Amino acid sequence: MASAVALDAKSIVLDAPLPLDSGQELPGVRLAYESYGELNADKSNAILVFHALTGDQYVASSHPITGKPGWWDRMVGPGKPIDTARYHVICANVVGGCMGSTGPASAGPDGAPYAMRFPVITIRDMVRAQVALLDALGIGRLHAVVGGSMGGMQALSFAANFPGRADRVLAIATTARHSAQNIAFHEVGRQAVMADPEWQGGDYYGKGKGPEKGLSVARMAAHITYLSEEGLTEKFGRRLQDREAKSFGFDADFQVESYLRYQGIAFTDRFDANAYLYITRAMDYLDLAEEHGGRLADAFARSDARFCLVSFDTDWLYPTAESRHVVHALNAVAAPVSFVELSAPYGHDSFLLNVPALDRVVKGFIE
Amino acid sequence: MSLRPDLAKIAENVPEGVRVLDVGCGDGELMAVLRETRHVDARGLEIDPELVERAVARGLSVIQGDADRDLTEYPDGAFDVAILSQTLQTAARPDLMLDQLLRVGRQAFVSFPNFAYWRMRAALLAKGRMPVTRHLPVSWYETQNIHHVTVEDFRDLLCAKNVTVEDCWFFSGGREIGRSGANWRAEHAVFRLSRR
Repeated sequence: MASAVALDAKSIVLDAPLPLDSGQELPGVRLAYESYGELNADKSNAILVFHALTGDQYVASSHPITGKPGWWDRMVGPGKPIDTARYHVICANVVGGCMGSTGPASAGPDGAPYAMRFPVITIRDMVRAQVALLDALGIGRLHAVVGGSMGGMQALSFAANFPGRADRVLAIATTARHSAQNIAFHEVGRQAVMADPEWQGGDYYGKGKGPEKGLSVARMAAHITYLSEEGLTEKFGRRLQDREAKSFGFDADFQVESYLRYQGIAFTDRFDANAYLYITRAMDYLDLAEEHGGRLADAFARSDARFCLVSFDTDWLYPTAESRHVVHALNAVAAPVSFVELSAPYGHDSFLLNVPALDRVVKGFIE
Repeated sequence: MSLRPDLAKIAENVPEGVRVLDVGCGDGELMAVLRETRHVDARGLEIDPELVERAVARGLSVIQGDADRDLTEYPDGAFDVAILSQTLQTAARPDLMLDQLLRVGRQAFVSFPNFAYWRMRAALLAKGRMPVTRHLPVSWYETQNIHHVTVEDFRDLLCAKNVTVEDCWFFSGGREIGRSGANWRAEHAVFRLSRR
């Protein structure tokens, strides 16, 4: 199981402790990041891309563990909608993550892994850490912040909490608050991890293989929420896996079972279970309105950015109504905002997949 | 850029530098001209996602939504000018849409095809069938124009709602025509309205 990954990659250590929403501080925060394209002389062409729950900084370069292409390779690169021939694209692993940034698998002040001693973090804490990275890089105002899903949450939080730091805010397939249903699915995943005896109260580092089974179940449950029913039916239907008839047993008879089991197991190779607990918690705690006196519009009152929100008609995890809710709030403060619901068959995952209309919207909005 | 004559007339009459909402903005053609020539802060509302996509790709701020439902989301007086071009006759309730338009905008421009245009009347009289013309090219069962309206009907509605006509212009065959006999002679009408 992946835990602390040694990376030969770009990273910085923040020189000041990171203040957290919980009231605690996190000292010596390391942020691992990737960047693509040249930063221009006046540092005005930088775009910060935020990754989603199980994403990382390898937005457009191959993953050091899986060897797969970057998670948004189709969107970010030379001549692509986010054109690295024109823009300097930065993507950092979130604090609490497990791809080189400080997280629960990192060594705490006493040299032992934090495990569950790691403080609970929020989306705003993730953003605050990345703003510190921008400060360290000497980038004052970004050309754009961009993100899908949890990345979109960070983009909205960035706009609300750091007005004046970005010209454009692009938030895709996302929400300004986690709903009861969102929290419920995350809780199922966390309980699956914590019910695995190998979890050992979170203290599994260096002690066995860790809660691979629990994390795998968590990923399986979550993966269902990323797809549409239509997509699942089209991809798998009731087709059987490498067999002619049902086995009258509990093997993976159905292709969809086999697929989910594979997704679950593959995930444990690259993700730390405690990081999964902490990052899902951060998402559950998100309520941008609550942070700003209960009125979402007030969250954006000081923003001077242009906004673009995109939702997908088959996304039932963060459905169109959630994006509209944000658009309504932006309208209420007369922020320049665009919004479009795109039609795509892939459910929530549409933002990562081949949706040409999304490419056109992203390209048009970024330029 | 060459705009349809009703849009060109609206563009000429929108004051410099104001805040504009274009309801049913399509791919943002008018908004782009207004931004270019009148330096306005333009926002759009459009129901068709492909048109929204094209407008966003032009760098315009356009929200995909249904004017029948979503105009209520804008605060009172949020805009100096609200524009409704060729959309009134597609509304579920044109009267309520007019109310919303004059709530979110201090001033409104409304343009619509005049169903009492003499060629329409002639076609209906001669053939006894719903006219299909250059400007209303779709058969009755698939047209989006569910509330055909005439210049006189529209004036009656304005009167009933105490809406002030600041100005009005009429068009036929792509050219502006005078006001006399507009209900007969005009293919298109543009009204500038306010609630004073």
